[in-house]
Amino acid sequence: MPVSNFVNPADLVRFLPEIILTVMGTLLMVLDPVLHKRSSYAFGHLSLLGLAAALVASVYAFRDPGPAFGGMLMVDGFATFFRVLVIGVGILTILPSYRFLARHDAETSEYHALLLYSIAGQCLMVSANELIMIFLGLEISSIASYILAGYLRDDKRANESALKYFLLGSFATGFFLYGVAFIYGSTGTVNLTSVHAALTGPNAPSPVFVGVAAALMFVGLAFKVSAAPFQVWAPDVYQGAPTPVTAFLSAGPKAAAFAIFLRIFMTSFQPIANGWEPLVWGSALLSMTIGNFAALLQSNVKRLLAYSSIAHAGYVLVALTARSDVGTAAAMFYLAAYAFMNVGAFAVVSHLSGRGERYQNVDDFAGLGQKQPLTAAMLTIFLLSLIGVPLTGGFFGKFYIFKAALESHLVWLTVLGLLNSAVAAYYYLRLLVMMYMHEPSEAATNAEPLSFGLSAALILPALGTLVLGIFPSWVLEFAGRSSNLVK
Amino acid sequence: MNLLTLLLALPLAGFLIALLLPRSSPHASRTWALGISLLTFVVSLALPAMFDRGAAGNQFTLDVPWISTPEIHYHVAVDGVGLWLLLLSTFLTPICVLISWRSIQNRVKEFFAFLLLLEFGLIGVFIAQDLFLFYVFWEVSLVPMYFLVGIWGHERRIYAAVKFFLFTMAGSVLMLAAIIYVYNRAGTFSYPVLLDMLQSGRLSFAPQEQLYLFLAFFIAFAIKVPIFPLHTWLPDAHVEAPTAGSVMLASVMLKMGTYGILHFCLPLFPSASRRCAPWIVVLAIIGIIYGALVSMVQPNMKKLVAYSSVSHLGFVILGIFSFTQLGLDGAVYQMLNHGISTGALFVLVGLLYERRHSLEIKDYGGVSTVAPWLATVFLITTLASIGLPTLNNFVGEFLVLQGAALANYTWAVYAAIGVILSACYMLWLYQRVFYGEAGEQVRSHLPDMNLREWAAVVPLVVMMVWMGVYSQSFLPPVSKTTARVLSQAQVNVPFQVQLRPNTEVARAR
Repeated sequence: MPVSNFVNPADLVRFLPEIILTVMGTLLMVLDPVLHKRSSYAFGHLSLLGLAAALVASVYAFRDPGPAFGGMLMVDGFATFFRVLVIGVGILTILPSYRFLARHDAETSEYHALLLYSIAGQCLMVSANELIMIFLGLEISSIASYILAGYLRDDKRANESALKYFLLGSFATGFFLYGVAFIYGSTGTVNLTSVHAALTGPNAPSPVFVGVAAALMFVGLAFKVSAAPFQVWAPDVYQGAPTPVTAFLSAGPKAAAFAIFLRIFMTSFQPIANGWEPLVWGSALLSMTIGNFAALLQSNVKRLLAYSSIAHAGYVLVALTARSDVGTAAAMFYLAAYAFMNVGAFAVVSHLSGRGERYQNVDDFAGLGQKQPLTAAMLTIFLLSLIGVPLTGGFFGKFYIFKAALESHLVWLTVLGLLNSAVAAYYYLRLLVMMYMHEPSEAATNAEPLSFGLSAALILPALGTLVLGIFPSWVLEFAGRSSNLVK
Repeated sequence: MNLLTLLLALPLAGFLIALLLPRSSPHASRTWALGISLLTFVVSLALPAMFDRGAAGNQFTLDVPWISTPEIHYHVAVDGVGLWLLLLSTFLTPICVLISWRSIQNRVKEFFAFLLLLEFGLIGVFIAQDLFLFYVFWEVSLVPMYFLVGIWGHERRIYAAVKFFLFTMAGSVLMLAAIIYVYNRAGTFSYPVLLDMLQSGRLSFAPQEQLYLFLAFFIAFAIKVPIFPLHTWLPDAHVEAPTAGSVMLASVMLKMGTYGILHFCLPLFPSASRRCAPWIVVLAIIGIIYGALVSMVQPNMKKLVAYSSVSHLGFVILGIFSFTQLGLDGAVYQMLNHGISTGALFVLVGLLYERRHSLEIKDYGGVSTVAPWLATVFLITTLASIGLPTLNNFVGEFLVLQGAALANYTWAVYAAIGVILSACYMLWLYQRVFYGEAGEQVRSHLPDMNLREWAAVVPLVVMMVWMGVYSQSFLPPVSKTTARVLSQAQVNVPFQVQLRPNTEVARAR
């Protein structure tokens, strides 16, 4: 492995998004005393600016793809896809945050800085090609997210949420790191490509150590993506965290965690795929089933969406079980579609919940269709997409995942997964029923008119959902091209 | 521009514009919906005019790529069966607008918007020649109907709407799995290409494989038809739906299922279809008799008509799985007949409900003395529904029974019981509602039909007579298509069900 002693400019360009995000985050903290007096919206504007710049930088970096810093980073189509995705999620998180933070008198620079750091960590994760780098990215992203989950520090539930997330999260990271240690011990390298080479090479290490390493890393990653049986934290954390943060947690870190999941298991551990396939198969089925059936019983919308996000993690794991490039592309597409529909749905919840997040029940959505037709129509699009009704991104994503699964002869997983999605229709329909078929509730009556930021936070993901459902080719082709990871 | 694409674009544009109309003037929404649905109907009349009746294949084809990976095409075309079902949809939509004119007072704009979206989905189902596209329309038509039932229905509307959605969804995910499986095997979603591959032997399914695929498709369609014992969503949905919803549901949406069986199941999975035929026929006959018996004891008019649909659709399934030319022709004709006559029954029951605000039979009686014209039209519809010669249902039922008799005489005997029972429950209904002493409530609340209602009902009555007297206007393109389906259904496996034409009539056809 050649190690360069000085930084070369191409490396910097490939690392530019992370640099921009970190600088902007730090700048926000430094400028806090100056800006706080002037305008409470300045932080939001600045972080949007930073995210937009990072978005441009990610796309720009892809003009000249390749490894950076001696192969520690790999800026390929896959990394760019996920960088754009997590930055996009960041933008869609900040838009509804303006109103939310104002409502809770909690406009500080930390919120935005932490968000930017978390996104920087995720960008690092998705472009890392080395286990240590992945671990660093994971930690940067996670630690920022732990604090964000407890951001409303006077709220009991937020505290519980943060503590739970922190304790269980660090435990999971520990598992992951333990797995990394095993890999380093048995192969002598942490570079994903070299690990792959070591496992296929003539002096392949003992399958026991490699198996243990893969299992440990699987546990860590399954926790991060809230896949069963490591999903228990998700409902409590999602319910307690401030709603925009919940939206963020359920889309950004999850997408990034899936990205490294795919990268590690489809490159390094690809030689032992026959070993881990049953593991992922079981976890996928369990996640879908637990998520969907538990969601049937929820009355709190945030918990409901939390369980639904567990189920959706299961669908993505189905794509991973397929162990093919088509499966990887399907997972990428699904995560993009999922980010749109889920962030959008949470934006509606954050809009409706009111001060102190009083209104979080399914019943509180009653009559929204009469009081705020636009909000209700947007939520309808997200819910139909979550159900998987055609002409939405959610449908096409599911279609593509199960197509990949059937190509890999996973007939039973496909049938059970699809039946699961029919079960899921029930709890999404409950929200639709509430919105359109009941008399307006207190929450719907008292809902403020949509602000500009919120309208954008609803309309953009709705458009994204529809575009992904009607013209999926563009994203699909890109995902298809970038799914053959460097092995 | 491709005529079929125009027919899809009109209701879709109508839907989008209807959403933009001001909420404050419901009249604008009504007028707009009527105008656009009439326009769609008029344009759709060009289809039979330009249709080449001598050809069996698809016509008005348009095939453009839509999604590149996997290759999905926007591929639309109609054959002799889809043609009439499409026309049925465009014919009934303006009628539904008319009958909802006054009965829908709440959220008028959304109602008519959903009605147009429903029309879009239904037209799409009957013209899609790409399996993926078909599935898209299949599901898209589900959403507006869900809202129509759930928002504008009667008391138990939410239960009915959710049940309807979940039943259909559960069936269609299986179909989706089968569609993907077929794609992975064949590498295409294009239905004509798939049939070509099957015909030429480039694609063939092992018997076991074929059976599972057939079942996956069949269950999705059977839920929609509905075939006994999957019918339980139907009485709920029909009874709770607003009149226009019941009409579209009974007249067109149920046909999506029978159309799917005829159009997809038989040609794609010929030997599995024939292997399952005896079982399915038994279910169909149970449906015919059970539906009729349950109808007979219903105290609620809408529920009575709903169960009669189970019975009538049993005939359609029987006709299809008789695997005879006569049976298939009769099945298709019966689909159209049921669309017209049951649609008319729901319209008329809706008119009664609008006046008296009750669906209970015991709240009526003596209606013919206060509303003689309404009674007359209802009588014609009743007679059509029970299969009186010179009215439409007779032709269909006759063909189905004859086809069934050719395949297996016993089937025809049992199915014929259903015809007798249908006369019992329909005439008994008529007697209880229209004859006898008119009560106070009936006398004061039941004016005769007004001009708008006439406009909605007359076209239906005209069609009943036309289809009953001169079926040759409709049957030739149907026969061409069903003959093709039959020949496709014999691909690569020897025929098991008896198809010996042992009467003069059969030989002549």
